[in-house]
Amino acid sequence: MYVLIVGGGKIGANLARSLLRVGHEVTLVEQRRDRFERLEDELEHVVVHGDATEIFVLERAGIQRPPSIVVAVTGDDEDNIVICQLARERYGVDKVIARVNDPRNQVHFDLLGVSPTVCATSSIMALIEHEVPEHGLVHLLELPKENVEIVEVLIPPDADCAGTRIDRLQLPEGARLISVKRNGQFEIADGDTSLRAGDQVLAILQPGKEDELRRVLLKS
Amino acid sequence: MKAIVIGCGRVGSTVATQLQEEGWDVVAVDEKEEALGRLGEGWSGGFVVGHGMDTSVLRRAGIEDADAVVVATDGDNTNIVVGQVVQKRFGIDCVVVRLLDPARAEFYEQQGMRTVCPTSNAIERLTEAVRACDVPQPAQV
Repeated sequence: MYVLIVGGGKIGANLARSLLRVGHEVTLVEQRRDRFERLEDELEHVVVHGDATEIFVLERAGIQRPPSIVVAVTGDDEDNIVICQLARERYGVDKVIARVNDPRNQVHFDLLGVSPTVCATSSIMALIEHEVPEHGLVHLLELPKENVEIVEVLIPPDADCAGTRIDRLQLPEGARLISVKRNGQFEIADGDTSLRAGDQVLAILQPGKEDELRRVLLKS
Repeated sequence: MKAIVIGCGRVGSTVATQLQEEGWDVVAVDEKEEALGRLGEGWSGGFVVGHGMDTSVLRRAGIEDADAVVVATDGDNTNIVVGQVVQKRFGIDCVVVRLLDPARAEFYEQQGMRTVCPTSNAIERLTEAVRACDVPQPAQV
């Protein structure tokens, strides 16, 4: 497989090392002269110097072949978006992966169809939620293209919703309960299932409806 | 008619003041507060400090009822992304984006973005100026 990596910081350089170690062909583009020289000493002809949002640099790095995948992991979100757009729209690269540096820019990546993305801050935040579920709601899966996500909610001991049938709950529009796990037993959530304290409920909903869902399932 | 100019450097500030003179209601946006000084004494339009990638800054500038947006920060890639966000998220048809790199300008123009490339203009003007000089010109090849 031929992989083009843009951005020779810690992420890009280590990706290059890992991919080379397992026998893939890699080109790594780095803009900063000092970083480029250090990487070139180590990885030799694999490294190309330049700004990969410049078309001639991308072409020198072999974008026309095209690579099986382009990975944009520079420290600049705008650069990462432009690199992925050029790779896909101009050179027909099938797969791109982009790094999101500032989680507030995630919406722009989603809007412009640059996906999948990886954001260290959001990933760590999700782990914190999982470890310390004090918000009562854990994100399990996000499908930004489809505009849905799957979350897990633990029904607290004194919740108002305990004892209520699912079809009587005032769930927010665009939200559905999928399943209920009780005493280790998993079952698909039906309208006539009554919730109980301690239930682990999976729900599918549109991003942004979490607070409404929390109000229905967690309020006491 | 309301216009927003994102990036208030030499180019952006002059575009902003010119549009204002022509009767537009103009808000300028720049990361640096000092940029306000470029708009001159007679500036009566709005000025918002912040980055064009920040949608709350765009909202504060009144993007939701803007008729035209000019994107002219000093970063081509920032302009490309902000231009698309303004067009797609806020549904504004008249978005004009300044790009210094002719290659990116040509590509994004093909993708339906209204781009203006001062570098291409300079190249054309400079070449024209040489052709217009009163010196022997090479035979046409």
